[in-house]
Amino acid sequence: MISKKIMLKFNKATSNQPIISNLAKTYNLTFNIMSAQIFPRKEGFVIFELTGNETDFQKGTQYLKDNGINIQLIEESIIRDDDKCYHCGFCVAVCPTEALIIDDKKTMKVNLHKDRCIACGYCVGVCPVKAIKLSEFA
Amino acid sequence: MFKVNKTVEEINEKIKHGEAVIVNAEEMIDIVDKKGIIEAAKSVDVVTTATFGTMCSSGALINFGHTKPKIKASEVYLNDVAAYGGLAAVDAYIGATAVKAKDPLNAVHPGRFEYGGGHVIEDLIAGKKLKLIAKGYGTDCYPSKYAEMEITIDDLKQATLANPRNAYQNYSVAINTTDKTIYTYMGVLKPKIANATYSSAGQMSPLMNDPFYLTLGIGTKIFLGGGTGYIVYNGTQHNPDEKRNNRGVPMTGAGALAVMGDMKNMNSKYIKGASILGYGASLSIGIGVPIPVLNEEIAFFTSVKDEDIDAYIFDYGYDYPRRIDNNYGLTNYRDLRSGQITVKGKTVPATPLSSYYMALEISEKLKEWIMDKKFYLTQYAEQLPTSKDYEPMKYVKGNI
Repeated sequence: MISKKIMLKFNKATSNQPIISNLAKTYNLTFNIMSAQIFPRKEGFVIFELTGNETDFQKGTQYLKDNGINIQLIEESIIRDDDKCYHCGFCVAVCPTEALIIDDKKTMKVNLHKDRCIACGYCVGVCPVKAIKLSEFA
Repeated sequence: MFKVNKTVEEINEKIKHGEAVIVNAEEMIDIVDKKGIIEAAKSVDVVTTATFGTMCSSGALINFGHTKPKIKASEVYLNDVAAYGGLAAVDAYIGATAVKAKDPLNAVHPGRFEYGGGHVIEDLIAGKKLKLIAKGYGTDCYPSKYAEMEITIDDLKQATLANPRNAYQNYSVAINTTDKTIYTYMGVLKPKIANATYSSAGQMSPLMNDPFYLTLGIGTKIFLGGGTGYIVYNGTQHNPDEKRNNRGVPMTGAGALAVMGDMKNMNSKYIKGASILGYGASLSIGIGVPIPVLNEEIAFFTSVKDEDIDAYIFDYGYDYPRRIDNNYGLTNYRDLRSGQITVKGKTVPATPLSSYYMALEISEKLKEWIMDKKFYLTQYAEQLPTSKDYEPMKYVKGNI
């Protein structure tokens, strides 16, 4: 089994097609949508967690690519500049998924678990030293 | 009065001969637990304490040298952030919370406050080039009315950090009882008491370890922003008479330090411009204070634990902005650091704003400096105003 949080970017041509429904039916994948939006010019994005066996997952993501949908792994889109971060904790207060968390109460270091990130962007706004970036974030 | 009696001079002599025992405030807890205060006072000479947090009451005094022709600069801008020019010709003071003239502020709430005085200070210390604009009205001795130049900290005659209030002894715990998310200097506070924030390094923090200001005062040399500086006065709002617990530790703000230091010896790792969402620009800064263990009472005070330090919980959604005198009870730093506190029977996640992680690092750095004989302790010139509640050994006796 494989499970990844992914951002799909739809263009005007694909945003009105039942892509995700096809993906689930044809490739036996399950999905859990975290956020989605369609913009005024009809392009849009979906952030979801996609789960299934490895072969289905590969085929499914290939199906998305074949349909001109831009795929980005969320865990690859969040970047923290460790030279800037001073482990204050402002971000921990707002992170909804404990991707940013103080695991070790002895050192009080703020850890980033990229696999838990859902690209909500709350941390980007609150970080007082702008240490966190979400690349390609819509 | 005390069974152990040491002086700063004697400790410095030990440092000089490489014989001083220096530990940080966390290590001192275990030492006192194991040995007791008398043996701890005999064996430990210095306890290093530290804090790293956002401290708005900070700024820099600069002198940019005379221009040709000369100018009496009444308006000064550094990277478009206004500095105060109501001083002599080429002196200016840039405050940490000043922002650019065209900053949208909170026009679109919550504002981002991308660049302010704190960032100017960080950029200077990092050695970056900044644009300086000076405006004057022209006098016979200072005829120029406008000067624009690119400068780095090396071009400045003086660049002195001058912070009226840092290292607050204790601080409030913040919650929000309203129905809306609020954006405060205590961070983002979610509605209906969904989270709590706090801003102290607790057991590591300088004034928690010397709650009656017995070993530090005007003239005490400190770690400041990666360089050295001094405590120059009691901080603004310094109030030693706040209510204290049975260890003599105040349960709210209380003492504070005014500090100064040469920015030319600082390091931007330990001093950073800050943008606080919806609130404003500020400066995050590291301060380390060495506490000489002069006697068993100081050993007792420096063994303070997070669980011995109380803090009141305040509502920043309703009460605080209206200056309503109300609180939501007490918690302590052990609970705060655990990540959960109880507010009116409800379990609430708690997160810090002050970096304990960096406080530990600074306490280690300061220890290193002392061991390497790069840093000696100073006897203060004068004590800070202290509490009427202090009597020698009173709090030690109360805890046996």
